[in-house]
Amino acid sequence: MTLIYPVESNAAHAPRLSPGYKSTIKRAPQKQRILMPHTLSETTGPVYGHETVRPGDHDLTTMHAGEPLGERIIVHGTVMDEDGRGVPNTLVELWQANACGRYVHVWDQHPAPLDPNFTGAGRTVTDAAGNYKFVTIKPGAYPWGNHHNAWRPAHIHFSVFGHSFVSRLVTQMYFPNDPLFPFDPIFNSVTDEKARLRMVSDFDLDVTEPGWALAYRFNIVLRGRNATPTENH
Amino acid sequence: MPGITPSQTVGPFYAYGLTPNGKYAWNDAFTNNLLTPDVTGDKIRIEGVIYDGDGKVVPDAVLEIWQADAQGRFADPQDTRGLPNSSFKGFGRSGTTDAGEYSFDTIKPGAVPGHDGKPQAPHIVMAVFGRGMTMQSMTRIYFDDEAATASDAVMNLVPADRRATIIAKKTAPGVYRFDIHLQGDNETVFFDV
Repeated sequence: MTLIYPVESNAAHAPRLSPGYKSTIKRAPQKQRILMPHTLSETTGPVYGHETVRPGDHDLTTMHAGEPLGERIIVHGTVMDEDGRGVPNTLVELWQANACGRYVHVWDQHPAPLDPNFTGAGRTVTDAAGNYKFVTIKPGAYPWGNHHNAWRPAHIHFSVFGHSFVSRLVTQMYFPNDPLFPFDPIFNSVTDEKARLRMVSDFDLDVTEPGWALAYRFNIVLRGRNATPTENH
Repeated sequence: MPGITPSQTVGPFYAYGLTPNGKYAWNDAFTNNLLTPDVTGDKIRIEGVIYDGDGKVVPDAVLEIWQADAQGRFADPQDTRGLPNSSFKGFGRSGTTDAGEYSFDTIKPGAVPGHDGKPQAPHIVMAVFGRGMTMQSMTRIYFDDEAATASDAVMNLVPADRRATIIAKKTAPGVYRFDIHLQGDNETVFFDV
Protein backbone atom coordinates (compact mmCIF):
# COMPACT_ATOMS: atom_id res chain seq x y z
CA MET A 1 0.00 0.00 0.00
CA THR A 2 1.28 3.43 -0.89
CA LEU A 3 0.13 6.39 1.14
CA ILE A 4 -0.44 9.83 -0.32
CA TYR A 5 -0.70 13.09 1.61
CA PRO A 6 -3.09 15.50 -0.08
CA VAL A 7 -2.35 19.06 1.05
CA GLU A 8 -6.10 19.72 1.22
CA SER A 9 -6.13 17.84 4.52
CA ASN A 10 -4.14 20.71 6.05
CA ALA A 11 -7.31 22.82 5.90
CA ALA A 12 -8.14 21.39 9.33
CA HIS A 13 -5.26 23.32 10.86
CA ALA A 14 -5.42 26.80 12.30
CA PRO A 15 -4.31 29.69 10.09
CA ARG A 16 -0.69 30.45 10.84
CA LEU A 17 -1.71 34.03 11.55
CA SER A 18 -4.33 33.87 14.29
CA PRO A 19 -4.25 37.42 15.73
CA GLY A 20 -6.22 36.49 18.86
CA TYR A 21 -3.14 34.44 19.75
CA LYS A 22 -0.86 37.46 19.79
CA SER A 23 2.47 35.69 19.40
CA THR A 24 1.46 34.61 15.90
CA ILE A 25 1.54 38.22 14.68
CA LYS A 26 5.33 38.40 14.50
CA ARG A 27 5.95 34.71 13.95
CA ALA A 28 3.53 33.55 11.26
CA PRO A 29 5.30 33.46 7.89
CA GLN A 30 3.59 35.94 5.56
CA LYS A 31 4.80 35.20 2.07
CA GLN A 32 3.12 32.69 -0.21
CA ARG A 33 4.14 29.14 0.58
CA ILE A 34 5.55 27.26 -2.40
CA LEU A 35 3.41 24.35 -3.51
CA MET A 36 5.60 21.44 -4.57
CA PRO A 37 5.15 17.78 -5.48
CA HIS A 38 6.04 15.35 -2.72
CA THR A 39 9.29 13.46 -3.13
CA LEU A 40 10.86 10.70 -1.04
CA SER A 41 12.08 13.44 1.31
CA GLU A 42 8.46 14.20 2.23
CA THR A 43 6.87 10.73 2.01
CA THR A 44 9.43 8.97 4.17
CA GLY A 45 10.02 9.74 7.82
CA PRO A 46 11.96 8.82 10.91
CA VAL A 47 11.32 5.37 12.33
CA TYR A 48 11.51 5.22 16.11
CA GLY A 49 10.06 2.13 17.69
CA HIS A 50 10.32 0.27 20.94
CA GLU A 51 14.06 0.86 21.26
CA THR A 52 13.30 4.54 21.88
CA VAL A 53 11.25 4.05 25.02
CA ARG A 54 12.10 2.49 28.35
CA PRO A 55 9.73 0.47 30.51
CA GLY A 56 7.62 2.91 32.50
CA ASP A 57 8.12 5.90 30.20
CA HIS A 58 4.35 5.90 29.62
CA ASP A 59 3.55 6.27 33.34
CA LEU A 60 4.17 9.81 34.58
CA THR A 61 3.05 8.90 38.09
CA THR A 62 5.89 6.48 38.86
CA MET A 63 8.98 8.42 37.81
CA HIS A 64 9.94 9.81 41.20
CA ALA A 65 10.28 8.67 44.81
CA GLY A 66 6.64 9.29 45.62
CA GLU A 67 3.36 9.64 43.83
CA PRO A 68 2.48 13.04 42.38
CA LEU A 69 -0.43 15.00 43.79
CA GLY A 70 -3.56 15.41 41.77
CA GLU A 71 -6.16 13.36 39.99
CA ARG A 72 -4.63 10.20 38.48
CA ILE A 73 -5.93 9.58 34.95
CA ILE A 74 -5.46 7.20 32.06
CA VAL A 75 -5.10 8.82 28.64
CA HIS A 76 -5.34 6.40 25.77
CA GLY A 77 -6.44 6.19 22.17
CA THR A 78 -5.58 5.16 18.66
CA VAL A 79 -3.23 6.89 16.27
CA MET A 80 -4.71 6.44 12.82
CA ASP A 81 -4.38 7.67 9.27
CA GLU A 82 -7.05 9.49 7.28
CA ASP A 83 -8.59 6.18 6.19
CA GLY A 84 -8.99 5.15 9.83
CA ARG A 85 -6.19 2.56 9.76
CA GLY A 86 -4.16 2.35 12.94
CA VAL A 87 -0.59 3.61 12.69
CA PRO A 88 1.52 0.91 14.34
CA ASN A 89 4.85 1.28 16.15
CA THR A 90 4.93 5.05 16.02
CA LEU A 91 6.38 7.26 18.71
CA VAL A 92 4.03 9.37 20.84
CA GLU A 93 5.56 12.01 23.12
CA LEU A 94 3.65 13.93 25.76
CA TRP A 95 4.31 16.84 28.10
CA GLN A 96 2.08 18.79 30.44
CA ALA A 97 1.69 20.99 33.51
CA ASN A 98 1.17 19.45 36.93
CA ALA A 99 -2.15 19.32 38.81
CA CYS A 100 -1.68 22.93 39.90
CA GLY A 101 -1.11 24.19 36.38
CA ARG A 102 2.63 24.63 36.81
CA TYR A 103 5.24 23.44 34.32
CA VAL A 104 8.69 22.40 35.47
CA HIS A 105 10.12 24.57 32.68
CA VAL A 106 12.48 27.17 34.16
CA TRP A 107 10.61 29.99 32.42
CA ASP A 108 7.27 29.18 34.02
CA GLN A 109 6.81 31.73 36.80
CA HIS A 110 3.16 30.96 37.57
CA PRO A 111 2.98 31.16 41.41
CA ALA A 112 1.65 27.65 41.85
CA PRO A 113 3.65 24.88 43.50
CA LEU A 114 5.94 22.53 41.69
CA ASP A 115 5.50 18.86 42.57
CA PRO A 116 8.79 17.10 43.33
CA ASN A 117 7.15 13.86 42.26
CA PHE A 118 6.04 15.06 38.84
CA THR A 119 8.09 16.09 35.82
CA GLY A 120 5.29 15.93 33.29
CA ALA A 121 7.01 14.26 30.32
CA GLY A 122 6.41 10.81 28.90
CA ARG A 123 6.61 8.79 25.73
CA THR A 124 5.37 5.53 24.32
CA VAL A 125 5.07 3.62 21.07
CA THR A 126 1.76 2.55 19.54
CA ASP A 127 1.03 -1.16 19.36
CA ALA A 128 0.38 -3.12 16.17
CA ALA A 129 -3.14 -1.65 15.96
CA GLY A 130 -2.04 1.94 16.59
CA ASN A 131 -3.16 2.04 20.23
CA TYR A 132 -1.30 3.92 22.95
CA LYS A 133 -1.82 4.45 26.68
CA PHE A 134 -0.42 6.83 29.29
CA VAL A 135 -0.97 7.11 33.02
CA THR A 136 -0.64 10.64 34.32
CA ILE A 137 -2.18 13.40 36.46
CA LYS A 138 -4.92 15.66 35.22
CA PRO A 139 -3.17 18.98 34.51
CA GLY A 140 -4.49 22.21 35.90
CA ALA A 141 -5.48 25.34 34.02
CA TYR A 142 -2.92 28.14 34.16
CA PRO A 143 -2.79 31.86 33.45
CA TRP A 144 -0.81 33.39 30.62
CA GLY A 145 -0.13 36.89 29.39
CA ASN A 146 -1.94 36.95 26.06
CA HIS A 147 -4.74 39.25 27.27
CA HIS A 148 -6.43 40.34 30.48
CA ASN A 149 -7.37 37.35 32.66
CA ALA A 150 -6.18 34.85 30.06
CA TRP A 151 -6.19 31.21 31.20
CA ARG A 152 -5.33 28.15 29.20
CA PRO A 153 -7.82 25.30 29.44
CA ALA A 154 -6.27 22.19 30.94
CA HIS A 155 -4.40 20.41 28.16
CA ILE A 156 -1.74 17.84 27.41
CA HIS A 157 0.79 18.45 24.62
CA PHE A 158 1.19 15.57 22.18
CA SER A 159 3.90 14.99 19.58
CA VAL A 160 3.32 12.18 17.08
CA PHE A 161 5.37 10.96 14.13
CA GLY A 162 3.30 8.76 11.81
CA HIS A 163 4.31 7.36 8.45
CA SER A 164 6.15 10.33 6.95
CA PHE A 165 7.77 13.64 7.71
CA VAL A 166 4.65 15.42 6.46
CA SER A 167 2.38 13.41 8.79
CA ARG A 168 4.29 14.78 11.79
CA LEU A 169 1.90 16.39 14.26
CA VAL A 170 2.28 18.43 17.43
CA THR A 171 -1.03 19.19 19.07
CA GLN A 172 -2.79 19.63 22.41
CA MET A 173 -5.40 17.36 23.95
CA TYR A 174 -8.20 18.99 25.92
CA PHE A 175 -10.72 17.67 28.42
CA PRO A 176 -14.45 17.55 27.73
CA ASN A 177 -16.70 20.47 28.68
CA ASP A 178 -13.95 22.80 29.82
CA PRO A 179 -15.52 26.19 30.66
CA LEU A 180 -12.42 27.98 29.35
CA PHE A 181 -12.92 26.84 25.75
CA PRO A 182 -14.79 29.95 24.55
CA PHE A 183 -12.05 32.23 25.87
CA ASP A 184 -8.90 30.47 24.67
CA PRO A 185 -7.39 31.89 21.46
CA ILE A 186 -5.10 28.88 20.99
CA PHE A 187 -7.95 26.36 21.07
CA ASN A 188 -10.03 28.68 18.89
CA SER A 189 -7.20 29.30 16.43
CA VAL A 190 -8.64 26.19 14.78
CA THR A 191 -11.59 27.86 13.12
CA ASP A 192 -13.42 24.76 11.89
CA GLU A 193 -15.59 23.59 14.77
CA LYS A 194 -15.57 19.91 13.84
CA ALA A 195 -11.80 19.96 13.55
CA ARG A 196 -11.48 21.87 16.83
CA LEU A 197 -13.57 19.30 18.67
CA ARG A 198 -11.22 16.55 17.46
CA MET A 199 -8.73 17.97 19.97
CA VAL A 200 -11.12 17.28 22.86
CA SER A 201 -10.83 13.87 24.52
CA ASP A 202 -13.85 11.79 25.54
CA PHE A 203 -14.43 10.52 29.03
CA ASP A 204 -14.16 6.72 28.81
CA LEU A 205 -15.96 4.74 31.51
CA ASP A 206 -15.05 1.41 29.90
CA VAL A 207 -11.33 1.97 30.38
CA THR A 208 -11.74 3.76 33.73
CA GLU A 209 -10.25 1.47 36.37
CA PRO A 210 -12.51 0.97 39.40
CA GLY A 211 -11.10 2.48 42.55
CA TRP A 212 -8.03 3.78 40.73
CA ALA A 213 -8.25 6.21 37.79
CA LEU A 214 -10.64 7.87 35.35
CA ALA A 215 -9.88 7.33 31.68
CA TYR A 216 -10.01 9.67 28.70
CA ARG A 217 -9.87 8.55 25.07
CA PHE A 218 -7.99 10.73 22.60
CA ASN A 219 -7.77 9.42 19.06
CA ILE A 220 -5.23 11.14 16.83
CA VAL A 221 -5.72 11.27 13.08
CA LEU A 222 -2.60 11.91 11.01
CA ARG A 223 -2.26 12.74 7.34
CA GLY A 224 -2.02 9.81 4.92
CA ARG A 225 -4.49 8.06 2.64
CA ASN A 226 -4.29 4.97 0.53
CA ALA A 227 -3.24 6.01 -2.96
CA THR A 228 -5.54 3.40 -4.50
CA PRO A 229 -8.67 3.23 -2.37
CA THR A 230 -10.85 0.17 -2.67
CA GLU A 231 -14.41 0.64 -3.90
CA ASN A 232 -16.87 2.28 -1.54
CA HIS A 233 -18.67 0.03 0.85
CA MET B 1 -12.91 9.73 6.63
CA PRO B 2 -12.41 11.09 10.13
CA GLY B 3 -10.46 14.26 9.20
CA ILE B 4 -7.06 14.97 10.66
CA THR B 5 -6.37 16.20 14.16
CA PRO B 6 -5.44 19.88 13.98
CA SER B 7 -2.02 21.06 15.06
CA GLN B 8 -1.49 23.31 18.07
CA THR B 9 1.57 25.31 19.02
CA VAL B 10 4.39 23.61 20.94
CA GLY B 11 4.12 26.58 23.29
CA PRO B 12 7.00 28.04 25.29
CA PHE B 13 7.48 25.16 27.72
CA TYR B 14 8.28 22.22 25.45
CA ALA B 15 11.93 21.89 26.45
CA TYR B 16 11.62 19.48 29.37
CA GLY B 17 9.57 17.15 27.18
CA LEU B 18 11.20 17.48 23.77
CA THR B 19 14.74 18.77 24.35
CA PRO B 20 15.62 18.18 28.03
CA ASN B 21 19.35 18.02 27.22
CA GLY B 22 20.37 17.24 30.78
CA LYS B 23 18.50 20.19 32.28
CA TYR B 24 15.42 18.28 33.37
CA ALA B 25 14.62 14.88 34.89
CA TRP B 26 13.89 13.35 31.51
CA ASN B 27 15.99 11.75 28.80
CA ASP B 28 16.38 12.84 25.20
CA ALA B 29 14.89 10.57 22.56
CA PHE B 30 16.77 12.59 19.93
CA THR B 31 19.36 15.27 19.89
CA ASN B 32 20.90 17.67 17.42
CA ASN B 33 23.75 15.23 16.81
CA LEU B 34 22.75 12.76 14.09
CA LEU B 35 26.22 11.24 13.77
CA THR B 36 26.65 7.58 14.57
CA PRO B 37 30.01 5.85 14.97
CA ASP B 38 29.45 3.81 11.82
CA VAL B 39 28.16 6.52 9.50
CA THR B 40 30.05 7.30 6.34
CA GLY B 41 30.18 10.56 4.43
CA ASP B 42 31.27 14.14 4.99
CA LYS B 43 30.59 15.29 8.52
CA ILE B 44 29.06 18.73 8.60
CA ARG B 45 27.62 21.18 11.07
CA ILE B 46 24.62 23.33 10.19
CA GLU B 47 24.11 26.32 12.42
CA GLY B 48 22.03 29.44 12.44
CA VAL B 49 19.71 31.80 14.25
CA ILE B 50 15.95 32.11 13.95
CA TYR B 51 14.38 35.58 13.82
CA ASP B 52 10.82 36.87 14.16
CA GLY B 53 9.14 39.70 12.24
CA ASP B 54 10.79 42.37 14.39
CA GLY B 55 14.22 40.87 13.78
CA LYS B 56 14.29 39.59 17.34
CA VAL B 57 15.75 36.16 17.97
CA VAL B 58 13.36 33.33 18.78
CA PRO B 59 14.51 31.51 21.92
CA ASP B 60 11.61 29.05 21.99
CA ALA B 61 11.58 27.36 18.60
CA VAL B 62 12.07 23.66 17.91
CA LEU B 63 13.72 22.63 14.66
CA GLU B 64 13.57 19.11 13.29
CA ILE B 65 15.44 17.79 10.29
CA TRP B 66 15.06 14.68 8.16
CA GLN B 67 17.56 13.58 5.56
CA ALA B 68 19.06 10.77 3.56
CA ASP B 69 22.48 9.33 4.26
CA ALA B 70 25.53 10.17 2.16
CA GLN B 71 24.47 7.59 -0.42
CA GLY B 72 21.01 9.15 -0.72
CA ARG B 73 19.13 6.45 1.22
CA PHE B 74 16.50 7.09 3.88
CA ALA B 75 16.42 5.02 7.08
CA ASP B 76 12.79 4.13 6.42
CA PRO B 77 11.60 0.86 4.83
CA GLN B 78 9.25 2.94 2.70
CA ASP B 79 12.35 3.89 0.76
CA THR B 80 12.38 0.60 -1.14
CA ARG B 81 15.60 1.28 -3.02
CA GLY B 82 17.69 -0.18 -0.22
CA LEU B 83 18.20 0.71 3.38
CA PRO B 84 21.28 2.47 4.74
CA ASN B 85 24.05 0.16 5.87
CA SER B 86 24.77 2.13 9.03
CA SER B 87 22.79 3.04 12.13
CA PHE B 88 22.39 6.61 10.86
CA LYS B 89 18.73 7.51 11.30
CA GLY B 90 18.62 10.85 9.54
CA PHE B 91 16.47 12.62 12.11
CA GLY B 92 17.47 15.37 14.50
CA ARG B 93 15.85 17.85 16.84
CA SER B 94 17.22 21.08 18.24
CA GLY B 95 15.75 23.68 20.52
CA THR B 96 17.04 27.23 20.33
CA THR B 97 19.21 29.05 22.84
CA ASP B 98 18.38 32.35 24.52
CA ALA B 99 20.17 33.90 21.53
CA GLY B 100 17.92 32.05 19.07
CA GLU B 101 20.73 29.74 17.98
CA TYR B 102 20.45 26.16 16.85
CA SER B 103 22.84 23.66 15.33
CA PHE B 104 22.95 20.15 13.93
CA ASP B 105 25.89 17.81 13.53
CA THR B 106 25.23 15.44 10.68
CA ILE B 107 26.56 14.26 7.34
CA LYS B 108 26.09 15.82 3.95
CA PRO B 109 23.17 13.96 2.40
CA GLY B 110 23.46 12.31 -0.99
CA ALA B 111 21.06 12.92 -3.85
CA VAL B 112 17.60 11.34 -3.70
CA PRO B 113 15.15 11.06 -6.57
CA GLY B 114 12.56 13.73 -7.12
CA HIS B 115 8.95 13.54 -8.18
CA ASP B 116 10.00 12.81 -11.75
CA GLY B 117 12.61 10.23 -10.79
CA LYS B 118 15.50 12.54 -11.61
CA PRO B 119 18.01 13.18 -8.83
CA GLN B 120 17.37 16.16 -6.61
CA ALA B 121 20.16 18.34 -5.36
CA PRO B 122 21.35 17.25 -1.90
CA HIS B 123 19.04 18.78 0.67
CA ILE B 124 17.66 18.35 4.16
CA VAL B 125 14.02 18.95 4.99
CA MET B 126 13.31 21.00 8.10
CA ALA B 127 10.21 21.55 10.21
CA VAL B 128 10.11 24.76 12.26
CA PHE B 129 7.94 24.69 15.38
CA GLY B 130 7.66 27.40 18.00
CA ARG B 131 5.63 29.41 20.42
CA GLY B 132 3.43 31.66 18.30
CA MET B 133 3.36 29.10 15.49
CA THR B 134 0.07 27.23 15.21
CA MET B 135 1.78 24.46 13.27
CA GLN B 136 5.19 23.64 11.85
CA SER B 137 6.46 25.48 8.80
CA MET B 138 8.37 23.30 6.37
CA THR B 139 11.51 24.36 4.56
CA ARG B 140 14.50 22.78 2.84
CA ILE B 141 18.20 23.29 3.40
CA TYR B 142 20.25 23.26 0.20
CA PHE B 143 24.01 23.79 0.02
CA ASP B 144 25.90 26.58 -1.73
CA ASP B 145 28.74 24.29 -2.71
CA GLU B 146 26.58 21.78 -4.57
CA ALA B 147 26.45 22.46 -8.30
CA ALA B 148 23.09 20.70 -8.57
CA THR B 149 21.36 23.24 -6.29
CA ALA B 150 20.78 25.75 -9.10
CA SER B 151 19.07 23.23 -11.36
CA ASP B 152 17.05 21.43 -8.67
CA ALA B 153 13.39 20.99 -9.65
CA VAL B 154 11.97 22.10 -6.31
CA MET B 155 14.39 25.02 -6.10
CA ASN B 156 13.17 26.14 -9.49
CA LEU B 157 9.61 26.41 -8.19
CA VAL B 158 10.87 29.20 -5.92
CA PRO B 159 10.99 32.78 -7.24
CA ALA B 160 14.60 33.51 -8.14
CA ASP B 161 14.91 36.40 -5.71
CA ARG B 162 13.97 34.19 -2.76
CA ARG B 163 16.14 31.14 -3.46
CA ALA B 164 19.07 32.33 -1.39
CA THR B 165 16.96 32.03 1.77
CA ILE B 166 17.08 28.22 1.59
CA ILE B 167 20.71 27.77 0.59
CA ALA B 168 23.11 27.12 3.47
CA LYS B 169 26.35 29.02 3.10
CA LYS B 170 29.66 27.40 3.82
CA THR B 171 31.47 29.50 6.42
CA ALA B 172 34.34 27.16 7.32
CA PRO B 173 35.40 23.66 6.34
CA GLY B 174 32.40 21.43 7.14
CA VAL B 175 30.35 24.30 8.61
CA TYR B 176 27.25 25.80 6.99
CA ARG B 177 25.18 28.78 8.04
CA PHE B 178 21.40 28.62 7.66
CA ASP B 179 19.47 31.43 9.35
CA ILE B 180 15.70 31.35 9.47
CA HIS B 181 13.57 34.48 9.10
CA LEU B 182 9.91 33.91 9.91
CA GLN B 183 8.90 37.22 8.31
CA GLY B 184 10.33 40.24 6.54
CA ASP B 185 12.18 40.93 3.29
CA ASN B 186 14.36 37.88 3.82
CA GLU B 187 11.54 35.59 4.94
CA THR B 188 12.71 32.01 4.55
CA VAL B 189 10.93 30.09 1.81
CA PHE B 190 8.40 27.70 3.32
CA PHE B 191 6.76 24.96 1.31
CA ASP B 192 3.14 23.91 1.12
CA VAL B 193 3.56 20.19 1.58
